[in-house]
Amino acid sequence: MPASLTFAIMDAPFENARTVTVFRLVQAALKAGHDVNVFAYEGAVGLSFARQAAHANAVHGRDAAAENHPLPRVWIEQLLGLAGKSGRKLDWVNCGLCVDERGMGEAIEGVRRGTPADLWKMSVESVNSLSVGTR
Amino acid sequence: MRTLQIVETAYRATVEEQDDTIVWLTHAMAGAGGQFGMLLTGNAVCYAARGRQAPTLTIGEWQQSHAPDLGADVSALVAKGVALYAVEEDLEERGLRDAKLIDSVTVVPRDELPRLFEEYPRVWKW
Repeated sequence: MPASLTFAIMDAPFENARTVTVFRLVQAALKAGHDVNVFAYEGAVGLSFARQAAHANAVHGRDAAAENHPLPRVWIEQLLGLAGKSGRKLDWVNCGLCVDERGMGEAIEGVRRGTPADLWKMSVESVNSLSVGTR
Repeated sequence: MRTLQIVETAYRATVEEQDDTIVWLTHAMAGAGGQFGMLLTGNAVCYAARGRQAPTLTIGEWQQSHAPDLGADVSALVAKGVALYAVEEDLEERGLRDAKLIDSVTVVPRDELPRLFEEYPRVWKW
């Protein structure tokens, strides 16, 4: 049975380098054969918001297709796909109250709504956990 | 499994949230059966000082019903069995070393933090 790891993250998308770091850590953990739990708290519930949209960038002189602007929801989809292909589990849980107060109920498929009790349960069942706070 | 919550970022959206997000999170997880300690460090040591009450916010005709009461919130954690600590040097830097602190907070010198960490299998810094 693969060891599971739990990550708790708080940063909203497009705000901080910690976001990319967490995604890289999750990817590395999945590739290393771990099941991964993610509890998205506060602004981090926006990472899976389904209406994120890529845009053109006139400063770069590129249209939307060429710019291929990064979208965290796509990264989550990719990680869910990676987990599925490799037989691992990625359980991405959004704090439900955080979702409600931000009006971000439209999450991508594969992301579920939860509570801090899920974070506690996931961390107890994991070999280790990492909290990534915000500033 | 006991977990030490280290709270350093203080007053992050506390007016909007009407609480500290990590104090709230700890309340919720303690209610779900988790066992926690909480270490206040940096500006968060201010949560341990008595008599600090934010006023309610008024914007136009909208008035907030409940201002955050962070001292009461951490005191309530203690009542739930959460051990509460504050870093001595951080209190001192903010002129709070001789202030009235909430009941049951243990003041810990920074050089004793490794010993404290040893008491908790999990340490989460926020």
